[in-house]
Amino acid sequence: MPHHPVLGRRNESHKGEMMRIRPGRVSAALFILALGASACGSSSSDEGGAAVSESDSDDATPDNESEATVSGDITVLTNRTDLVDTVFKDYVTEFNESYPDVDVSFEAVTDYEGEVRIRMNTEDYGDVLLIPNSVSADQLPDFFEPLGTVDELGETYRFVTEQSVGGDVYGIAQTGNANGFVYNKAVWAEAGIDELPTSPEEFLADLQLIKDNTEATPLYTNYAAGWPLTQWESNRGSISNDPDYLTNMAKTDAPWTEGSDHFVIDSLLYDVVAAGLVEGDPTTTDWETSKVDLGTGAIATMPLGSWAIVQMEEAAANPDDIGYMPFPSQVDGTYYSTANGDYKVAINKNSGNKEAARAWLDFFIDDSGFAFDQGGISPRLDGENAPQLSGFTELGVEFVELAPPPAGEEGLTGEIDAEAEIGAFDAIYRQRIVDAARGQLDESKEDIFADLNSRWAAARAELGVN
Amino acid sequence: MQAIAVDGVGVAAPPRRRRARRFRRAAIPYIFLAVPLILLVTFTYIPVGNMFWYSLTDWDGLDKTKEFVGLDNYEDVLTRPELYGVFWVSLYYFVGAFVQLAVAMYFATILSFNTRFKTFFKGVIFFPYLINGVAVAFVFLYFFRPGGVLDSVLAAFGAEGLQRPWLGDRSTVNYSLASVSVWRYLGLNFVLFLGAIQSIPEHLYEAASIDGANRWNQFRYIIAPGIKPVVSLSFILAIAGAMSVFEIPYIMLGGANGSATFVIKTVDTAFKFNKVGLASAMAVVLLVLILIVTAVQRVLIPDEGGELV
Repeated sequence: MPHHPVLGRRNESHKGEMMRIRPGRVSAALFILALGASACGSSSSDEGGAAVSESDSDDATPDNESEATVSGDITVLTNRTDLVDTVFKDYVTEFNESYPDVDVSFEAVTDYEGEVRIRMNTEDYGDVLLIPNSVSADQLPDFFEPLGTVDELGETYRFVTEQSVGGDVYGIAQTGNANGFVYNKAVWAEAGIDELPTSPEEFLADLQLIKDNTEATPLYTNYAAGWPLTQWESNRGSISNDPDYLTNMAKTDAPWTEGSDHFVIDSLLYDVVAAGLVEGDPTTTDWETSKVDLGTGAIATMPLGSWAIVQMEEAAANPDDIGYMPFPSQVDGTYYSTANGDYKVAINKNSGNKEAARAWLDFFIDDSGFAFDQGGISPRLDGENAPQLSGFTELGVEFVELAPPPAGEEGLTGEIDAEAEIGAFDAIYRQRIVDAARGQLDESKEDIFADLNSRWAAARAELGVN
Repeated sequence: MQAIAVDGVGVAAPPRRRRARRFRRAAIPYIFLAVPLILLVTFTYIPVGNMFWYSLTDWDGLDKTKEFVGLDNYEDVLTRPELYGVFWVSLYYFVGAFVQLAVAMYFATILSFNTRFKTFFKGVIFFPYLINGVAVAFVFLYFFRPGGVLDSVLAAFGAEGLQRPWLGDRSTVNYSLASVSVWRYLGLNFVLFLGAIQSIPEHLYEAASIDGANRWNQFRYIIAPGIKPVVSLSFILAIAGAMSVFEIPYIMLGGANGSATFVIKTVDTAFKFNKVGLASAMAVVLLVLILIVTAVQRVLIPDEGGELV
């Protein structure tokens, strides 16, 4: 079930569906200053014959004779249907102060994953776009322009290896996500809990307290929407604090073994549902309503990436009630949270305006303030993380970044996942666990894990992985 | 012949020109036909041809190269229970389709006689078919959810004991979904039957009632044989429809909780698991099955054009 065939190498948040927010804060003068600096840098370094000939070939704006400036029309594909007419417009205004001759237009795509992948069979998929999660590593050079080497860009940016192959980077993360659970602080306090759980057992006990002492649904699965269930997957790595977790996963026949990250994550999901600590009928859940319900305290907890915090705050009457906790598991008394890049911004290989496209990409990543506005981890190593993650700092949570697999094994874990039709980032896999836990399937937790292991082993054998 | 006669009137044209005009006349129907044919070929036959080709490859929907794998995909479809097993789900819709045809026939017959508020009831029955499928799915999502309309109605009649998570419970989920399908498509069958019934000449009923035939006799000996071709067409559509159910379970549940049909499975295979080759093979298998059903039906119920005329 290879929805995201690239376990680990790909980012997993299905933002298209979830992001419904309007971050009020637009980046300030600081960014404009920074922009001035970096714009000069990038335009002087990237300039040359290429710029002129590229824009010539694409009937750019009449100004393209002015050699000092990059010019042309570019189309930017984005998953943020909610921001495209507001925040992004402001970004363009800012961008045009340095690049007055570049005309940026946006195409917001609701079903980003599905539509863009199909469009990529043509040459017309925008000039700047987000790499769909389902593109595999070996396909990157067929569709995208290399942006630089891993070594070079790795000095400035995080998550560069997530969309790279052969030492070249093809996309830079638009923002970064930590993983864990969004929760309503007021409800947790009302239930009499004053310390966050440090183990799955404590987590279950706390949810039970919430069930007993409050009116709230202790944990909301969002089963019907499907994709929220995939958010559990993003916690892999958090439990073991092992950056090589995914690489090693490709080397075992039984990833669902007692103590492994997948075992712990899926067991917790199973146990929470089996103990009746979730909504009454998971099949009729509704994502949009769940955001409001978390704010009002009708829902106590939801497993979601940190990208969701801003949206929850917006939907809440009192944004201060919204908190974020890491996965309930510690290594030597420390919480770890897997951090990964969101969608990676890339340039279409067939673009006629690569110069202008690159200028926008650099501006968007470095100077727009997008990641900060959206409550994320800055894609820049020297960037400032959003205030929404300050709770993590107080808890002393450390971020784990999954290490890239060794050369030649890029995307291998994902390939096995695809061959086994498990679908680490597909809802079906965890819907099955929920169904079994609430007694709708004749399977125990052990049965499911045994089946997953045998499919995993069979897929490894089929692909000839040692 | 007609063309020559018309042309021949008036001044005699030289034979060469006449032949050219004749040719033009003969070509006109084909020129008109060309437009729909080009559209049909472009948007139906070429894509279907491509689908056959994809079904023989391991294409993932994006890769620049498509590796030929022969009939491997077909072997997968026919040997893997998680792929062909979902046809069992179609049985619910199949049974539902029979209920739907019976109910539609019942209402069509009643409303073809002089019933009070006839037009109003016709509208009521046909209306669901006009509503967008997505809207229908959402309406019923709220209808079936715990504490939703259905549960409230049951409670109003003191039948709280029957309340259950209609979509959350594996034993009821497919009945619930099939009943939505019946509700939605009833109107179409109804209108087809009603149209056929109304095309039966009035004097047959008069003659029958003079001979002392009651309503049941009229239905049995006049209406039923009169609408036989439409009924047999409806059966084909119902069976083909039951095999290719998609919209309602996909929008309401995304195929979760055991509601996945063969088409949902196909879509998931193509767009979630990116196995376009395998999914194409599944689509071809479905196409072949529907063709077989249609053929069998044509043999069992030959199209006799109605015995009344």
